[in-house]
Amino acid sequence: MPSLKEYRDRIASVKSTKKITSAMKMVAASKLKKAQDQAEASQPYARAMGEMLARVAAGVNITPTSPKLLIGTGKDDVHLLVIVTSDRGLCGGFNGNLVRKARQEIAHLEREGKTVKLITVGRKARDLLKRDHASKIVHSFTGLGSGKKLSFAEVNEITKEVLAQFEAEAFDVCTLIYNKFRSVLVQKPSAQQIIPFKAAESDEANDNAPEEPKEEDGLKSPYDFEPEEEAILAKLLPRNLGVQVFRALLDSAAGEQAARMTAMDNATRNAGDRINSLTIQYNRARQAYITKELIEIISGAEAV
Amino acid sequence: MTNNTFNFELVSPERILVSEPAWQVTIPGEGGTLGVRKGHASFVVSIKPGVVEVIKSEGGEVEKIFIAGGFADVSAENVTVLAEEAVNVNDLDKDLLAQELQDLNEDLQRAEDEAEKAKVSGELELVQIKLSAIS
Repeated sequence: MPSLKEYRDRIASVKSTKKITSAMKMVAASKLKKAQDQAEASQPYARAMGEMLARVAAGVNITPTSPKLLIGTGKDDVHLLVIVTSDRGLCGGFNGNLVRKARQEIAHLEREGKTVKLITVGRKARDLLKRDHASKIVHSFTGLGSGKKLSFAEVNEITKEVLAQFEAEAFDVCTLIYNKFRSVLVQKPSAQQIIPFKAAESDEANDNAPEEPKEEDGLKSPYDFEPEEEAILAKLLPRNLGVQVFRALLDSAAGEQAARMTAMDNATRNAGDRINSLTIQYNRARQAYITKELIEIISGAEAV
Repeated sequence: MTNNTFNFELVSPERILVSEPAWQVTIPGEGGTLGVRKGHASFVVSIKPGVVEVIKSEGGEVEKIFIAGGFADVSAENVTVLAEEAVNVNDLDKDLLAQELQDLNEDLQRAEDEAEKAKVSGELELVQIKLSAIS
């Protein structure tokens, strides 16, 4: 049986752990608020961009000379996966789940005989995938949003890299794998194809604005374009790509904080439970010790 | 008062900058500057770096906003400008920009390869446009 001192030390150590986890929970909660605000603030742009793109794309006849970002390379051999995780751990299953999803995706594509390349965003994705997929990683980004908040310019570096690879015909299909922020309690690892562009943004439709695309069909007024549709499209598509990536990262950032908050909340509660049970054990041991001493004194006195 | 305004929105990827009724908006389109009032034909236009001028009501004050390129979606009742970067011209600091201009010029001298040169001269152009927007 551990001595009283050991119990005391253990209780003290769990108490200090509890202090840390509850502080981390508070920090995550305030960061979550900021990340959510930022994600919300980016919505109007993404929405307007989507509407505009849909409008322009509707006016363009698909020809083999159309921008490759829209129609694809015509092949489906090389897949590029952009895997978005956080830089830091201690956020429950946030990164683990995402990486599991990524592994499934990789295995699935490889079974179909495709070549897979990876771009990792965030230290965790790189570290976790390095072990068995090191040869597939073509680029890693870390330290994004290490400042106060994620800036569009930072995220654009990723987009630029993806576009450069696409120009160099290094891949045919690009898919983003990231944690979609559903609620504070639920972050869903999701895959979203970004190249070639999918006109019907399925997640967009069921996410927040199911009624808006419908409206679009109704008001098919003749639109003028300046310069030509094709030229605008060629400019819009990379921009849209940037917006999609930005949104995914914002979602992921908000999700990370939410996951951390939940994980730390659990940890704090567990620490509390642990302190209670340790205290009970400590008290029992103390009483047993006192009883033992009394018995010793009494039996000593009797013996005289 | 007759309602001769339309909804004007200026959004950047990070936030909404302006969302209010306006009477006239001047947009530096790629193929030339265009002024938009209520009832304008539907139009999608790509914007080059320059100054968007917003007049909230007839005869009102001109508000100038610098944007670093983007797109505008014009319809009879709505104008949405998607800007890559946007700053109110009043918030631009002439001295700071002059300094930046000087730094970039130095960078341009030092730039080693073509790609870097192109990047720096692109930035240089932006700063020059910003400067000319102030004066």
